[in-house]
Amino acid sequence: MMLPAELLSLKPLLPEITLALGGMVLLMIGAYGGERATGVVNGLAVLLLAGVAGLVVWMPAEKVALFNGSFIVDLFARFMKVLSLAGSAIAILMSLDYMKGAGQRRFEYPVLVVFSTLGMLVLVSAGDLIALYLGLELMSLCLYVLAAFHRENVRASEAGLKYFVLGALSSGMLLYGCSLIYGFTGTVTFTGIAQAAGQGGVGLVFGLVFLFAGLCFKVSAVPFHMWTPDVYEGAPTPVTTFFAASPKVAAIAIFVRVAIDAFPGIASQWQQILVFVSLASMLLGAFAAIGQTNIKRLMAYSSIGHMGFALIGLAAGTAEGVQGVLVYMGIYLVMTLGTFAAIMSMRRAEGPVEEIADLAGLSRTNPGMAFFFAMLLFSLAGIPPLAGFFAKFYVFLAAIQAGLYALAVIGVLASVVGAFYYLRIVKLMYFDDPAQAFVPMPGMLKAVFGVSGLLNIAFFIYPAPLVATAAAAAKSLF
Amino acid sequence: MIAPLFFYIFASLCIASAFMVIASKNAVHSVLFLILAFVNASGLFVLLGAEFVAMILVVVYVGAVAVLFLFVVMMLDVDFTELREGFLQYLPIGAVVGCILLAELLLVVGAWTIAPTMPQSITTPIPTDVSNTMALGLVLYTKYVYYFQLAGLVLLVAMIGAIVLTLQHRQSAKRQIASVQNARNKATAIEIKQVPSGQGIKEDIEEKVS
Amino acid sequence: MGLFHAIVFLPLIGAIIAGLIALAGARARHPGGSAASGAEDHAHDHGPHIHQPLPEHGAVIHDTHDESHTEGPPAAGSRLAEIITAGLLMIAAGLSWYAFVSVGFQGNTARIAVLNFITSGDLKIDWAIRVDSLTAVMLVVVTTVSALVHLYSIGYMADDPHRPRFFSYLSLFTFFMLSLVTADNLVQMFFGWEGVGLASYLLIGFWYQRPSANAAAIKAFVVNRVGDFGFAIGIFALFMLAKSTDFETIFAAGPSIAGRNIHVFGHDFNALTLICLALFMGAMGKSAQLFLHTWLPDAMEGPTPVSALIHAATMVTAGVFMVARLSPLFEMAPDAQTFVMFIGASTALFAATVGLVQNDIKRIIAYSTCSQLGYMFVAMGAGAYSVGMFHLFTHAFFKALLFLGSGSVILAMHHEQDIRNMGGLWRKIPFTYAMMTIGTLALTGFPLFAGYFSKDAIIEAAFVSKNPMALYGFLCTVGAAGLTSFYSWRLVFKTFHGKPHDHHHYEAAHESPKVMLIPLAVLAVGAVVAGYLFKDVFAGHHIHEFFRDSIRQDEGIIDAMHHIAPWIGFLPTVMMVVGFLVAYLFYIRSPQIPVNLAREHDVLYRFLLNKWYFDEIYDFIIVRPLLWIGRLLWKGGDGWLIDGFGPNGISARVLDASRNVVRLQTGYLYHYAFAMLIGAAALITWFSFAGPH
Repeated sequence: MMLPAELLSLKPLLPEITLALGGMVLLMIGAYGGERATGVVNGLAVLLLAGVAGLVVWMPAEKVALFNGSFIVDLFARFMKVLSLAGSAIAILMSLDYMKGAGQRRFEYPVLVVFSTLGMLVLVSAGDLIALYLGLELMSLCLYVLAAFHRENVRASEAGLKYFVLGALSSGMLLYGCSLIYGFTGTVTFTGIAQAAGQGGVGLVFGLVFLFAGLCFKVSAVPFHMWTPDVYEGAPTPVTTFFAASPKVAAIAIFVRVAIDAFPGIASQWQQILVFVSLASMLLGAFAAIGQTNIKRLMAYSSIGHMGFALIGLAAGTAEGVQGVLVYMGIYLVMTLGTFAAIMSMRRAEGPVEEIADLAGLSRTNPGMAFFFAMLLFSLAGIPPLAGFFAKFYVFLAAIQAGLYALAVIGVLASVVGAFYYLRIVKLMYFDDPAQAFVPMPGMLKAVFGVSGLLNIAFFIYPAPLVATAAAAAKSLF
Repeated sequence: MIAPLFFYIFASLCIASAFMVIASKNAVHSVLFLILAFVNASGLFVLLGAEFVAMILVVVYVGAVAVLFLFVVMMLDVDFTELREGFLQYLPIGAVVGCILLAELLLVVGAWTIAPTMPQSITTPIPTDVSNTMALGLVLYTKYVYYFQLAGLVLLVAMIGAIVLTLQHRQSAKRQIASVQNARNKATAIEIKQVPSGQGIKEDIEEKVS
Repeated sequence: MGLFHAIVFLPLIGAIIAGLIALAGARARHPGGSAASGAEDHAHDHGPHIHQPLPEHGAVIHDTHDESHTEGPPAAGSRLAEIITAGLLMIAAGLSWYAFVSVGFQGNTARIAVLNFITSGDLKIDWAIRVDSLTAVMLVVVTTVSALVHLYSIGYMADDPHRPRFFSYLSLFTFFMLSLVTADNLVQMFFGWEGVGLASYLLIGFWYQRPSANAAAIKAFVVNRVGDFGFAIGIFALFMLAKSTDFETIFAAGPSIAGRNIHVFGHDFNALTLICLALFMGAMGKSAQLFLHTWLPDAMEGPTPVSALIHAATMVTAGVFMVARLSPLFEMAPDAQTFVMFIGASTALFAATVGLVQNDIKRIIAYSTCSQLGYMFVAMGAGAYSVGMFHLFTHAFFKALLFLGSGSVILAMHHEQDIRNMGGLWRKIPFTYAMMTIGTLALTGFPLFAGYFSKDAIIEAAFVSKNPMALYGFLCTVGAAGLTSFYSWRLVFKTFHGKPHDHHHYEAAHESPKVMLIPLAVLAVGAVVAGYLFKDVFAGHHIHEFFRDSIRQDEGIIDAMHHIAPWIGFLPTVMMVVGFLVAYLFYIRSPQIPVNLAREHDVLYRFLLNKWYFDEIYDFIIVRPLLWIGRLLWKGGDGWLIDGFGPNGISARVLDASRNVVRLQTGYLYHYAFAMLIGAAALITWFSFAGPH
C-alpha cells in the first residue's frame, strides 16, 4: 500500500501515466461506441497527445531518475518526447481523410498510435536495458499491427508480416546483446554499466554490437534496413507517415542515450560501428533511391539516408554532435510530415496514386502544391537556405570538429548524389507535360503541408529556438 | 555432487533438444523437442532454486504455448519439406556465417570473467527466509512495478493487435442473438398451413425457386 | 557643371525612352504567345526584302517599297521616338558647339567626378567627365554628326517597322561614344569602347532577318575582340606599373615606365613600348587598320545612316582619338610610333588599291574610310597629333556627307547598291549629285575644301617627321592620294554620269525628302569650310593655344611643315588632278579602257577585287584551324574527356550502382534476415580482428 507521499514521487511519470490511462479510456470508448465513435476517438487521441506534450513541457526541467534509474527525465528526454508526441498527433490528423476514403475508419488506429507513442516515451526515458526493451517492444508491437492495418490488402499484410518477423529477429539480437552486457557488467542500468564496463573487453563489445544491431533495425540503418522499403510501400500511407516520423525520433533518442550514457568508456568502439553504419546508410539511401518509381519507396530510401546523416552527429560523440542529431531530427520530422502530406494528396477521383510519374506537370495543374513540394524536396536535398541544409550543416560541423573528415566528406558527396532524385521530382513537376490533375487537397493536409513548407523556408530567419533548445538538451546528457 | 551432475544432464539435453527442434524434418517432432527443451530448462531453474519460474515455465510454455503450436501445426498441415527446398542453396554461406559467429562467440566465452563487483551490484538479493513466490511478489509490485505495468501494456497491445488483425464481422456469418431467440413465440416462429393431401404447397416452392 | 552632364547623358535618356517605346511596341504587336515567330513573319512582310546575294558584289537589296506603305503599321510611337531622340541629340550638339568654344578657345577645361565606379584594392576608378580641347573636338564631331544622322534617318528609315529600336540604338551608341571621349581614365574609356562595339554590333545586325547582316555583325564583334584583347593587356600592364588608370597619373608616371622593362616570354621588352603597342592593337581593331580591317567593309550590311555615323565619322576614329589622348605615352615610345606610322601608311595605300575596283557604292566609301583612317595614323606616328585630329575632324564631315549622299542614291535607286547598275543619275537627283560632288572634292583634297588642308598637312607631316618610317609613310600617302582621287571620281562618274544601266530603276528614281537633304546640306557646308576655318588651330600656329595640355606634341614639326619645299606641298594636289583625269578618261571618255585593263591584268584585278584575299587567308590560317581545334576540344575534350569521365561518366556509374543496390532488395524475407545476420557478423568480425581499441 502506497502512501500519498510516495504517489507524489511518481510525478515525473505523470505524462506517461496520463497517456496510458488515456489510451485505455479511448479503447473503451471505441470498444463500446464502435465505428461511430472513431471520429471522437481520433479527436480525443490528438487532444490527449497534445495534452501530454503540454505536461512534458510543464514538468520541472532538472534531471530526475525513478525506479532505481530505469526512468530518467531530463531536457534531452523532454525534447525528444515533444517531437515524438507532435509527430504522432500530426500523423493522426493527417490520416483522417485518407482513412475515410479508404474505408478503414477504425478506432483502433488512434488507440494503437497512442500506445505506440507511450512506448516511445518509455523508450526515450529508459535508463536501463529492461525499460529499453519494454519500451521498444511496446512501440514496435503497435507498429507491426499498424503495418498490416489494411488486412484485406495483400501488400499491407505482407508488409506487416515482414516487419514482424524481422522485428522479432532484431529483438532477439538486441536481447542477446543485453544479456551479454549484463553478463559482463552484472547490471542493467546505464550508469551501472558505464561504471562496471571501464575500458570494456571483447565480450562487452560483442554485446554492444548486438544491442546496436537491434537499435539500427529500429532506425532502419544499413544493413538492418531491408524491411524499410517494403513496409513503407506496403503499409497504408498514413501508417507510413507515422512510421517515418515519431518512431524514428524515439529510436534515435534511445540510440543516443545508450551510446552516451552507458558506454562512455568504449566510445571509440561504438564510434566505429556508427561510422560504418552511417556511411552505409547515406550511400545506400542515395544510390538506391535513384532507381525508384514509387514515391513511398523513394521516401523509404530517403529516410534511410537521413538516418545515416543523423547518425553522423552521434558518431562524433560530442555534445555538439548530439545537438546536431537533435536539430536534425526536429527538421527531419517537419520535412517528412510535409512531404507525406503531399504524397497523401496525390489522389485522383478513382483513388490514391503513388507513382512518381503521377506528379508530372504539377506546377501547371496545382502550382501552389508544386511550389511547396519543391521547397520540401530542396530542403530534403539540403539546399540552402532551407531548413534541411542547416540540419546537415550541424551534423557535418560536429563531425569535422571531432576529426571525422572522411565521414563528413563522404556525407557531402552522398547528399550530392541524393540531391539528384529529389531534383528529378522537381524537374518532373515543373518541366514535364502535365499528368491528370489531383483532386483538391483536404484542409487538414493543406494545413500540415503549408505549415511544414513555411517552417522549412523560414527556418533560417529564426533558427534560435530549435538550435538553442537542442543545445540545452544535448548538454543535459553530458 | 548431485547438483552438478543434474546440471550437466539438463543442460546437455536442453541444447540437444533445441538443436533437434531445428533439425527434425517433421514439424510435430520439432514441437515435441521444443517441449523437451522447456522441461529441461525448468529443471535448470529448479536447480537454481527458482521453483516458481520453473513451474511457470512448465505450466505456461509446455502446457499452453507448445500445445497450441502442436495444434496449429497439425491443423494447418504445412508442408515443411516444401519450405525447406531452398535450404541447401543457402547452406554454404549460411554455414560460413554461422561458423564465424560461433567461433567468435567461443572467443568471448573464453575471455569470460565475472566482474568482481557483480555480487554487490545485484540490486535485489535473493531472500532466503520467504518462499520463492512471495519474494517475487514482494518486489514485483513495488520495486519493479514500472516494468510490471509496462509488460501489462505490451500484453494489452498484443491483445488489441490480435483482435484488429483477425476479428472479422462477416456479413454472411450467422450470429446468435440471444434476445431475439428468447423473444420468439408461437406467433412469430410458426406459420400454420392447411395442406390439401396430394397437392403440397405450390406457392412456397415457386417462391424458393424464384 | 550641368553642361557636360547634359551632353553626355541626354543621348542616354533618349535611348532609354526610345527603347521603352520599342519594347512596348514589340509587346503590342505580338501580344503574348510566340513573339519570335511573329516578329519573323512580320519583318519579312514589311522589312527590306532579300534577294540571293550575287556572287561578286555582296547582298543586293531590293525594297518591297510599296508593300511597306500599304501593309502593316510601323511600331506605335515611332514618330515620338524619332522626335525625342533627334531632339535631344540636337540639343546635345548645340551644347557641344558651345562647349567647343568655351573649352577650346576660352580655356575652360573641366574635370567632373560623377560617381565612384570601381573600388577594389589598389584599383580606384571614378566615373568622371574630362573635357579638354581634344575632347571638345570629339564632342562636336560626335554630337553634330549624330544629330544629323538622326534627322536623316527619319527619312531614310521611314518604311522600317522597327524605328524605335533603331533610334534607341543610335542614341545608345552616341552615349557610349560620348562616355568614351569624355573618359578620365582607361577603364572608363574601355567601357565606352566596348559600349560602342556593342552598339555597332546591334546596328550592323539591325536587319537581323538577313543572315549576311548577322554574319557581318558577328564578324565586326569578333575582330574587335582581337584588338580589345590588346587594349585590355595594355591597361593591365599600365595598372601594374603605374598603379592607376587615371590619365594624369599615367602621364606623370610615363617617364619612369619608359625606363623599365617587362619580362615576357623569356625576353625583356621596353615597358612603355610594349604598352603602347598593346594599346595600339586596340586602336587597330576599332579603327579597322590593316590586318584587323576586314570587318569594316562587311559592316556596310547595316543601314546607311549607321555607316555614316559609326563606320565613318565617329566610332572608327576612336582608335585615332585614343592614340591622341595617350600622346604623352606615345611620344616617349618612338618604336611604337614607328609601328603606328607603318600600319597607318600601309592601310592608307592598301585600302585605296582595293577601293579602285569595288562595285558596291558603300564598300567603296568604306575602303575610302579605311584609307583615310590610315592617313590619320600616319599623322599620329609622325607625332603630329593635332594634324591627325584635324583630319579626323574634317573627315567626319565629308565622309558622313558621302555616306549619307550614297544613302540618298541607294534610296533613289530602290536599294540598288551596285554602281554598275547606275549611271546618269545627276538629272534625276541633282541635289544629291551636288552634295556628293562637294564631298568628293573635299575627300580628294581639292584646294580650299576641307580635305585639302588636313590631308596635305598629313603628307607634309609625314615628310618632315623624324620617324624611321617617314619616307615610307610619305610615299604611301602620296600614292594613296592619287588613288583616292581616282576611285572617288570613278564613283561619281559611274553613278551620276554616263548612260543609265538599269532603266527600270532609273525611271523610278526620285530625289529624297527634305528631312534627308537638310543634313546633307549642313554636312556639305562643313565639308567646304571646316578645313579653312580651323586650319590654324589644328595645323597652324595656334595649336598650343588651342590644345594646351590635352596632347603633347613637338612644336618643331609644325614649323618644319611650314618650311618645306614647295613641290612637296603641291604634290598631293598634282596626284589629285592626275587621279581625276584618269578617272575621267576611263569612265567618261573611253569606258572600254578599264574593261580591257581588267581583262589584261586578270590576276591583279582579282587580287584587288578580292581585297588582297585577306578574308580567305584569315579563313585558312585562323578560322579553320580554330574551328578544328574548337571541334576537337568540344567533341574530344569536353564531350569525351570531361563529360565522359566527369558528369556523364559519374552519373552512369551512379545509375549502375543504383541498379545493383536496388537488386539487393529481393522482397524475400529470409534474404532480409540473412542480410541482418551478415551485418551483425561482419561487425563482430571487425572487432574480433581489428581488436577493440
